[in-house]
Amino acid sequence: MSALVSLVSRLGAWVIGCISATGLFARFFVQLLARSGIALRRPRLVSQQVHFIGNYSLLIITVSGLFVGFVLGLQGYYTLRRYGSEEALGLLVALSLVRELGPVVTALLFAGRAGTSLTAEIGLMKAGEQLAAMEVMAVDPLRRVLVPRLWGGIIAMPILAAVFSMVGIIGGWFVGVQMIGVDAGAFWSQMQSGVDVWNDIANGVIKSVVFGITVTLVALYEGWHARPTPEGVSRATTRTVVVSSLAVLGLDFLLTALMFGN
Amino acid sequence: MSRSKTDFWVGLFVLLGAAALVFLALRAGNLSTFSFAPTYSLTANFNNIGGLKAGAPVKSAGVTVGRVARIDFDNTLFQAVVTLNMDQSRQFPTDSSVSILTSGLLGEQYLGIDPGGEEKDLADGERIQYTQSAVVLENLISQFLYSSADKQGTASSGDDAPAPPAEPAMTPSGQGTGAPASSAPASGAAQTPSETTPPQSK
Repeated sequence: MSALVSLVSRLGAWVIGCISATGLFARFFVQLLARSGIALRRPRLVSQQVHFIGNYSLLIITVSGLFVGFVLGLQGYYTLRRYGSEEALGLLVALSLVRELGPVVTALLFAGRAGTSLTAEIGLMKAGEQLAAMEVMAVDPLRRVLVPRLWGGIIAMPILAAVFSMVGIIGGWFVGVQMIGVDAGAFWSQMQSGVDVWNDIANGVIKSVVFGITVTLVALYEGWHARPTPEGVSRATTRTVVVSSLAVLGLDFLLTALMFGN
Repeated sequence: MSRSKTDFWVGLFVLLGAAALVFLALRAGNLSTFSFAPTYSLTANFNNIGGLKAGAPVKSAGVTVGRVARIDFDNTLFQAVVTLNMDQSRQFPTDSSVSILTSGLLGEQYLGIDPGGEEKDLADGERIQYTQSAVVLENLISQFLYSSADKQGTASSGDDAPAPPAEPAMTPSGQGTGAPASSAPASGAAQTPSETTPPQSK
């Protein structure tokens, strides 16, 4: 009987823990938004973060985009050839990159490349009591440290996603047109007739902005709430990757259903 | 890293993002096909529009002269009402005919306008009288099957499965009144002005 009671109370503790974590996360977001004025007053803080988060992620994003484009070109050609419609290769590559793969794969790589470094940085600052020292000096660490990083991530992510899609399309063009020999005119004209600027490209940009907010916010939250020990920081870093990847995939399904559902 | 150097690299990063977006919009997307030239609108009724979608091009002699703005359903005539946005610089005679065509065997569907011979041009908001519906593959196949079955049926015995009359590919579009009965359009050999009685009825 007591085993049953403890089981039920453990379930209750888990539910309460989930709810309070959601509340903490939402409050954290609101706190950061309320302090966002510093991003306008001292834009150099943000641009430093864009440099750190964006420029240093450019290499991995470009190389991954290129290879995703290569593979899309090869696989798309293999499938489309069965229906005798190789000319639609450009459309297939562009639509899958602009609508789904560009924002999602970029967000996953972004979580691995930039999210982890943000979590580790904040967590180590906390472990080294630098954040506490800032508070002693009457500097709000949320405002001075976290807000520029959040906006840096929000600005960098759509740019990275657009670069990913562009490089991927060029990769698909290289494999499809240059290597396999799909007609270049049909490749581009089918792409242009099928990809809509507002329905496809703008929605892809909206997706990448949402993913940028999600990944950066999760990374900062995990760093801010990490236990100030080496083990705590390493756990927080791992959780950043897991939580933000799952959140990106789940949100992607929701956004796709909302945007392209009709 | 010095401050100005960071600024330079961030600026380059943002420029790269803008270039990527412009590439996507112009090279991959259809932004380059948008024209901000003034347009006028025409409507046309079709019995069947097949897979025509809003935004499809309207072509004459292969040149894009407008776009499909909207597709509605007329609940009294049971026909599709297609609204076209035509370039202001492209004017067509009132007896022009419009048909739904397909680019390639399985490609996108578009509207083709064949200009007629009238002196007067179509004005804003007018309706194009002569229309030709989309060719529906299933109808073509059933037409072919029925006609071949009909031949075999007369050769052998029974008339217990009478083949329905094959539906003509061209049908009058509207039940409107002021259609010209005399001047046949340029490709009007197979087309019926809307005034003549439909072949199915009566």
